Amino acid sequence: MSLERLRELPAYAPALLGAVALAASAALAWAYDATRDHIAAAEARDLRASLAQVLPAGFADNDLLGDTLVLDGPRGAKVKVHRARRNDAVRGAVFSVAERGYTEDIVLLMAVDAGGTVLGVRVLKHRETPGLGDKIEAARHPWIEGFAGKSLAGPTRWAVKKDGGDFDQFAGATITPRAVVKAVKGGLEFFEAHRREILGEQS
Amino acid sequence: MSTRLGAVAREGLWDNNVVFVQMLALCPAMAVTTSGSNGLGMGLATTAVLLVSNVLVSAIRHAVSPQVRIPVFVVLIAALVTLVDLALNAWLHDLYKVLGLFIALIVVTCAILGRAEAFASRSGVLASAVDGLAMGLGFTLALTAIGLLRELLGAGTLFAQASTLLGPAFSFLELRIRGFDGALLMILPPGGFLVLGFLLAGKRALEHRRRAAARAVAPGLELREPSCR
Repeated sequence: MSLERLRELPAYAPALLGAVALAASAALAWAYDATRDHIAAAEARDLRASLAQVLPAGFADNDLLGDTLVLDGPRGAKVKVHRARRNDAVRGAVFSVAERGYTEDIVLLMAVDAGGTVLGVRVLKHRETPGLGDKIEAARHPWIEGFAGKSLAGPTRWAVKKDGGDFDQFAGATITPRAVVKAVKGGLEFFEAHRREILGEQS
Repeated sequence: MSTRLGAVAREGLWDNNVVFVQMLALCPAMAVTTSGSNGLGMGLATTAVLLVSNVLVSAIRHAVSPQVRIPVFVVLIAALVTLVDLALNAWLHDLYKVLGLFIALIVVTCAILGRAEAFASRSGVLASAVDGLAMGLGFTLALTAIGLLRELLGAGTLFAQASTLLGPAFSFLELRIRGFDGALLMILPPGGFLVLGFLLAGKRALEHRRRAAARAVAPGLELREPSCR
């Protein structure tokens, strides 16, 4: 039977659509399987690079990816805490915090030392307005470096300047820095609340 | 045959440019063109998908019955974009981190379905490939032009972050105008529409002048208006 005759059959259109959908699904399933390990490896590499960015060089000598602890986070979600050790003693912790920004959650990675002082903060993921809110990226603006050395105990007022705090906002974007400041403060409070578990101290 | 392919290429790059003439894909065009690098990245990713989708659609055009052609094309394009997304994420992870946001946006680019429907479903594989490539590069050209202008006027830079997209060898492209931080408006959505409007007007004026020049040289010999689809 020729293709033209075949195409006239009532069952041809649904069969064709089904076949295309099946072929597409098969291709996607295969691609997912073929790329899964590579993507996981690439993400682990990314995480390692981010960890190296928030921690000062030589701060830890352990593999932070393998030394983790899962705790109840500030927003009801589980938070994975990476412990930074040198000579087996826990000197600090790295974990991620999230806060709703202008469009969706801004995800940050932050490192805190055992005394509750911020070592470094980096943005892992955000969808803020390009050219405005994306100044929270370290590659675009040094603003995010301003968190290092700050703690809840110090004189720092944890708000943007517009709200009477110590942190700059950007021209045209207040919501984004406000969310980041709130997230970092929340992260410090989370650290304080779980200090014993994270540092492995006995009560 | 080669002149016909040349005409197809010319259509895609200029005469029937996706953004400037067909006015398609304006949603991603406005959303990502806040810098030249972003525009270039989105354009190149779209070109790749457009090329492959055009070839695939053209290859199966005889087997597809008219009643279900749109769903078939949609499934094909969506699968293709997802494949590109996964492959980039796995093997070109650094590029993916820059382009990742845009890859998913390609699906909503009606330009791709538009080319499948208007060209590839009724043309040969080679012509469809040329059409996909030319339309994609025309799209890239438009996005890069809009992006560069908005970046220049809005942030006072040119091709900022080009090295993350193209590799460190291209960092010479990154320029910065000292003492000029730009007018924020141009980075915000209104700036996109303003720049697009002025570019459209510029293209019109250029073609108008060309036509007038041609008329002055050969009176009575009207050049054909660019066909509208």
